[in-house]
Amino acid sequence: MAVIMMFLSGIIFALGLGISGMTQPEKVTGFLNIAGDWDPSLAFVMLGATMTYLIGNFAVLKRKSPVLGGTFILPSRTDIDRPLVVGSALFGLGWGLVGFCPGPALVALVTGYDSVIIFVLAMGVGMYAFEVLETRFAMEPDGGAGIVVPN
Amino acid sequence: MSSFTPVESLIGGALLGVAGLMLLLFNGRIAGVSGIFGGLLNFKKGETLWRATFVVGLLAGGLVLSLAYPQAIRFEMTYSAPAVMLAGLLVGIGSRMGSGCTSGHGICGIGRVSRRSLVAVPVFMISGMIAAVAVDRLFGGQI
Repeated sequence: MAVIMMFLSGIIFALGLGISGMTQPEKVTGFLNIAGDWDPSLAFVMLGATMTYLIGNFAVLKRKSPVLGGTFILPSRTDIDRPLVVGSALFGLGWGLVGFCPGPALVALVTGYDSVIIFVLAMGVGMYAFEVLETRFAMEPDGGAGIVVPN
Repeated sequence: MSSFTPVESLIGGALLGVAGLMLLLFNGRIAGVSGIFGGLLNFKKGETLWRATFVVGLLAGGLVLSLAYPQAIRFEMTYSAPAVMLAGLLVGIGSRMGSGCTSGHGICGIGRVSRRSLVAVPVFMISGMIAAVAVDRLFGGQI
């Protein structure tokens, strides 16, 4: 059951990325390149995604535990530290250079394009290198922002 | 304005929110792709199956798109291999150092009104804009 739900979530996530335009790198750079022929579409992606999540998040967290058991594992940190700011800045530079972030790059692997494969491999190397160099951050959770605190 | 698609982007965005909520509702997790994918590279018992399944779902979703909505993944990437490699490295290192990317901070973090995400998102938006403008203006779109 858990496997099916995670698989479905991955598929819906990929469809969302595809329909919204995030899997087309030129659309992403068209949004980030504010000095060019600006395409504001991605602001609508953010709006649709965050509003949906904002409303649903409140509803879901009224539950004591996730449907499939266990506990909600949510980032709990609120401190603004240097790795957060420097890391986000580096991430943005890479994102703006070619228009790919992790989700869309993985979804676009199906194209089999050399550039997508190179990007995903380099991204994996970068992630792994960071883990190795900074083991103290190995405790960091998923994409969110903080140390895992079970309940 | 080259290809403004507010309706598709809003619908696609809502789907991203729904997928993130499914992960939260069923598995109690944040849908951050960099964290989920990065966690796969760092094997830990009990942490691999759900991550791998989600990533396989992403790849399968790509396949569905290529069959049902091929224009979503029809693009040309004409950047040089070293430029793409540099971008991938920056995205990989940066997302792990900054504890998140466009999904974890951008969708879930903002949706949860997380203080750290409210800082991270403007930071990567601004640095992303700097990079994209620089590529266009300084290098004529060719890197």
